[in-house]
Amino acid sequence: MENLSSLEIDRERAATPTAAPAAVRGAEAARTSAVGAAPVKISTRNLNFYYGDHQALINNNLDVAANKVTAIIGPSGCGKSTHLRTYNRIFELYRNQRVSGEILLDGENLLDPSRDVLELRRRVGMIFQKPTPFSMSVFDNVAYGLKLHYKMSRSEMQDRVEKALRQSALWEEVKDKLDKPGMALSGGQQQRLCIARAVAVEPEVVLMDEPTSAIDPVATAKIEELITSLKENYTIVIVTHNMQQAARISDFTAFFYQGLIIEFGVTQKIFTKPVKKQTEDYITGRFG
Amino acid sequence: MRERSIAARRFKDLLVKILASLAALVGIAFLVWILYVVLARGVSAINWDFFTQRPAPPGMAGGGVGSAIVGTLLMTGLALLIGVPTGLLGGVYLSEFGQHNRFGEWVRFTCNMLMGTPSIIIGVFVYIIMVVPMKNFSGYAGAVALAVIMLPVVTRTTEDMLSLVPSALRESALALGAPRWKVTLGVVFRAARNGLITGILLAVARVTGETAPLLFTALNSPYWPQSLNEPIGNLTVTIFNYAMSPYPDWQAMAWGASFLITAGVLGATIFTRSLLWFRSYR
Repeated sequence: MENLSSLEIDRERAATPTAAPAAVRGAEAARTSAVGAAPVKISTRNLNFYYGDHQALINNNLDVAANKVTAIIGPSGCGKSTHLRTYNRIFELYRNQRVSGEILLDGENLLDPSRDVLELRRRVGMIFQKPTPFSMSVFDNVAYGLKLHYKMSRSEMQDRVEKALRQSALWEEVKDKLDKPGMALSGGQQQRLCIARAVAVEPEVVLMDEPTSAIDPVATAKIEELITSLKENYTIVIVTHNMQQAARISDFTAFFYQGLIIEFGVTQKIFTKPVKKQTEDYITGRFG
Repeated sequence: MRERSIAARRFKDLLVKILASLAALVGIAFLVWILYVVLARGVSAINWDFFTQRPAPPGMAGGGVGSAIVGTLLMTGLALLIGVPTGLLGGVYLSEFGQHNRFGEWVRFTCNMLMGTPSIIIGVFVYIIMVVPMKNFSGYAGAVALAVIMLPVVTRTTEDMLSLVPSALRESALALGAPRWKVTLGVVFRAARNGLITGILLAVARVTGETAPLLFTALNSPYWPQSLNEPIGNLTVTIFNYAMSPYPDWQAMAWGASFLITAGVLGATIFTRSLLWFRSYR
């Protein structure tokens, strides 16, 4: 029942032309939702975020479609990374921050303080800009998250590690050096190792914060390919500075500017027929 | 505008290079000199008895510093047991939790002060708080004095080493759903392992050469240690006493003990370094 009604709403949203004047759109319709009929995995509602007195995110509304790649683009300091970091509450590490609004993960507000953050982070994994292998073997890197959340036999553990490495297109390259330090791998391999570590715990959502900006072009191509294959099993949200990358791999794109979501919609449409002037200026390289 | 002469720039470059190399050479020279003197004079005193016998009374031939070696090892070991866990945890607090708060600032400041405190003052302090109430000099008091000297060294190096670990590494572990303590012990400590071990070694090297704090606490003793609750023989006070004595065989023994301490610290450092090197480049 609930699924059906949310589908209804999604159709309505899809029918709402994004170009309609703000005054015409109601509060609900004004939400920058354009994911069409795809089921929504994460729904951000009226999200505001502050670092001290500085408001980094202003009234963000964004629907992340399940099993799709949603790209977040925008110039430096626009809040895209901050937005991403609310989905797994990793922002709680930072000093002097404050958040208001709701982020619904499968309909439940993940910002609710009573919600267990460790369980949330099992469901919502994250990949960072620089590869961050731990100072342990390739195998132990992948097993680290598994050991945190599951009790299992050694052989089961080996199966899960192998599965995660296969999913991350790394198995063939490392199967003979599972006991070598993770640090000994190349940059691109290290990043895929981090992806393997993140998907090993079987999250539902994988957040990626500029995952290829520290990686050479050949390795980047591999990771992009990997991201496309991962969406079969996971919902992916990726922050990227590289607009070609967003255009290549994402299904939906959100353009952030000064903490606001300026435009959100189907990637192809954002890159070919953007509605807002600012979006057009940014993707054509006139600013940013 | 006129171009600067290339020859003048080359000359300045050369001059700075020479001065810097000379300064480095002076530092190395003293170290090599000390090692040479200690080795040349000490090696002759070292024989089997040196390690296995306790000091002989003045005028009698033979004897060794076996009891002092055992005493030094016992006290350093106990000081490690007290100082290292406390120092490591203190460093964890400063780097992971107390980076910006007032208490953290106070702890950091106090540690810096304590590192600069002359060790004789720490000796007198432990004399007042332990030796006076217990009414005797003891190995325990000696170990506590050494631990107090170790504590700020371990705390501050731990903090520095943990601060060098990129925060992205902590975030990645937390993002996997790891609780903070597991991140610190399982991921951050591992990443900083070599630095932490170096810090501990540094602290050990620092205390094995300390004499003044032991003069007031462990005192010295020519007997084999029976318990830590009595005055205990140790190498540094033995060196002090023997070097000041008029007997040539005692003086030789002091050189021998000096050689032993120097070689011990050097050996431990080389051993640990090569172990770390071996493990990371295997």
